[in-house]
Amino acid sequence: MHLTPSGLSVPGTSRRTLLRGIGGAAALGAGVPLLSACGGSGSSAGDSKTVTVGSNASDAVPKKAFAEIYAAFKKQSGLTVDVNTKDHNTFQEQINSYLQGTPDDVFHWFAGYRMQFFAAKGLATSIDDVWDKIGGNFPDAMKKLSQGEDGKSYFVPLYTYPWALFYRKSVFQEKGYEVPTTWDQLIALCKQMQKDKLVPIAFGDKDAWPAMGTFDQLNFRTNGYDFHVELMAGKASWTDAKVRKVFDLWTELLPYHQEGAVGRTWQDAAQTLASKKAGMYLLGTFVGQQFTNKADLDDLDFFAFPEIDPAFGQDTVEAPTDGFMMSKAPKNKAGAVKLMEFLGTPEAEQIYLKADPNVVAASTKADTSSYSPLQKKAYDMISGAKSLTQFMDRDSRPDFTSTVMQPALQKFIRDPKGVDSLLSSIERQKKTIFAS
Amino acid sequence: MTTTPTESPEAATPPPGSGPAAKTSTTATKVPQGHRRLLTRRDRLTLGLMAGLPTILHVALVWVTALASILLAFTTWDGIGFDSIKWVGLHNFTELFTNNPQFWPAVEHNIVWFVALILIPTPLGLFLAVQLDKNIRFSRVYQTAFFLPVVMSLAVIGFVWQLIYNPDTGLINSLIGANEPGHYIDWIGDPDLNLWAILIAASWRHTGYMMILYLAGLKGVDPSLREASALDGANEWQTFKNVIFPTLRPTNTVVLVVTIIEALRAFDLVFVFNKGAEGTELLSILVTNNIIGESSRIGYGSAIAVVLLVISLAVIIPYLIATFRKERRA
Repeated sequence: MHLTPSGLSVPGTSRRTLLRGIGGAAALGAGVPLLSACGGSGSSAGDSKTVTVGSNASDAVPKKAFAEIYAAFKKQSGLTVDVNTKDHNTFQEQINSYLQGTPDDVFHWFAGYRMQFFAAKGLATSIDDVWDKIGGNFPDAMKKLSQGEDGKSYFVPLYTYPWALFYRKSVFQEKGYEVPTTWDQLIALCKQMQKDKLVPIAFGDKDAWPAMGTFDQLNFRTNGYDFHVELMAGKASWTDAKVRKVFDLWTELLPYHQEGAVGRTWQDAAQTLASKKAGMYLLGTFVGQQFTNKADLDDLDFFAFPEIDPAFGQDTVEAPTDGFMMSKAPKNKAGAVKLMEFLGTPEAEQIYLKADPNVVAASTKADTSSYSPLQKKAYDMISGAKSLTQFMDRDSRPDFTSTVMQPALQKFIRDPKGVDSLLSSIERQKKTIFAS
Repeated sequence: MTTTPTESPEAATPPPGSGPAAKTSTTATKVPQGHRRLLTRRDRLTLGLMAGLPTILHVALVWVTALASILLAFTTWDGIGFDSIKWVGLHNFTELFTNNPQFWPAVEHNIVWFVALILIPTPLGLFLAVQLDKNIRFSRVYQTAFFLPVVMSLAVIGFVWQLIYNPDTGLINSLIGANEPGHYIDWIGDPDLNLWAILIAASWRHTGYMMILYLAGLKGVDPSLREASALDGANEWQTFKNVIFPTLRPTNTVVLVVTIIEALRAFDLVFVFNKGAEGTELLSILVTNNIIGESSRIGYGSAIAVVLLVISLAVIIPYLIATFRKERRA
């Protein structure tokens, strides 16, 4: 270092660079709020030729499928779609601040409580005018699913997929198993599978949400759709004998589940079904994504969760629905409306399904002729359902399901004996959360 | 600093190798005669910016946010618009202490984390450092090998150890055949095992960290001390116990502080491993789970953060008092 006689390091040019550095730091400081605000793509603000879309479709298959939809939309309307894709989970985690900042005109979202929540908070634009045009394409159940608590429409559904028990046809054929339609048959089948050295029901709950799917099935089969809805809405009590009954049945079924579920991802559990080590697996049709071998995928089949109470039979189907919403103040509203109308057409759904055959169209008008047998079955199951549910974390408050239900169900799976204290703990926590 | 003569800029000009050129440059700078102020206007502006901006940033990003989360701990807020903030007094805390089944396990695990790090990797790191300090052969190789985990991010370490612990396809279960029904070991999901499984992964990294700290401390030990103890006929253990270890006192303080910090900020490894499920709950993870998400419980999450802050202060304040007292004495 160059030292002056006084022992201080040389100023002059070095001071200037320092100042420049400070200027940089100031710009950086100013940049912090800017950065956080530009979650969307503000560059195309006010451009009537462009519609912006916030997308959580970060996986390769859906990303490509959506790109094809937008290309078709451009051909039809002349409007360009500017997609802002974020990692799937990050999108969900940031949705709150994203919608309050400068969101894109249209964004990907889910039907059910999750949609109603943001609609009620005024973070979405109601799209009754869009539904006037596309309403004929959808069954009533979908229309209802797209409405907020105020009765206005906020959502355009694109695709849906049912939850069911999956199995391999060849395994059932080889061992002479029959598809169970009642609880007793299911238990008997599980026992037989165990004798045959198969894991009766594959199970992985490391991500903490798959167990919710099991609860949902058991609950609406035992207590019916109406009670399930009440419970999810925080109205019914978790200490009710009806809920206790659900957990009793679950305790009966748990020994037939794959061991060590809390340490296993659903992907790994699906592999045990694919490799014929497990007999059945309760999941959504997306389980097919794990069957990379075409022959294995053709061997995959499913059946609805067996009847528990004859009064309810198998009339409820859990079918989460994904689609689009319009943000609170879209920059190009006319364009956004056009895009939403396009997304509600059977054509848009068909383009999507061609690229991602693990789901089925939400519209009844979409052409089902190209469906795989699995898709056809899924479609029939949904269109024949008396009531549709979404999923526990889509039908109830997400803060309740993620902070209370996820750990509680993991605890139950590991130690089903402590169910009474668990249920009263859930009920106490639920009261505080739903009161806020 | 205050003695800075205003002439210093001239001193910065090139040494009088080219005499006339140096002269012209001195006159060109035109230092105002009689202007004997210690700092020019520009200097003061510079200093103001240098001290002011960081202060503003620090206050805004550290103090304001800390105070804001303390205030929010007494409210409920879903993070949407400021009008939805509701004052609830101590409700979040009573809820936390009496109703949250994950809270006390989380506190306990933070403590277990600290105790385990002090008892296992710290002595191990010291042991390795003492061995490496003897200048054994391949010392550099060992040093690198043990220090390598410290260079990696904890998130990456989490992924690496998951490959080892995965109950179905992981290294351990595949080797010992514990992935079959009947004798299944669930390293990630079993609450009696998973905390220890993670602590082994954390120790794997912490050992290297401790080793480097102690190695630096040992390098600072005066060789004449060793000579003296050797002359007195002390054996290796006696030398270490009575001569070397006492001189490592400052290092021990650093180690203690570093370990406390590691225990309180434990987060990334667990989050990657199993998101703080049954058996591995931590305060930092509870904060995250409550605050991040689509409809967040910001008030409640802040209350947990305040508990973490209080625990941190309870540890830091005695340390600071002790340090200042020492300085005053010195």
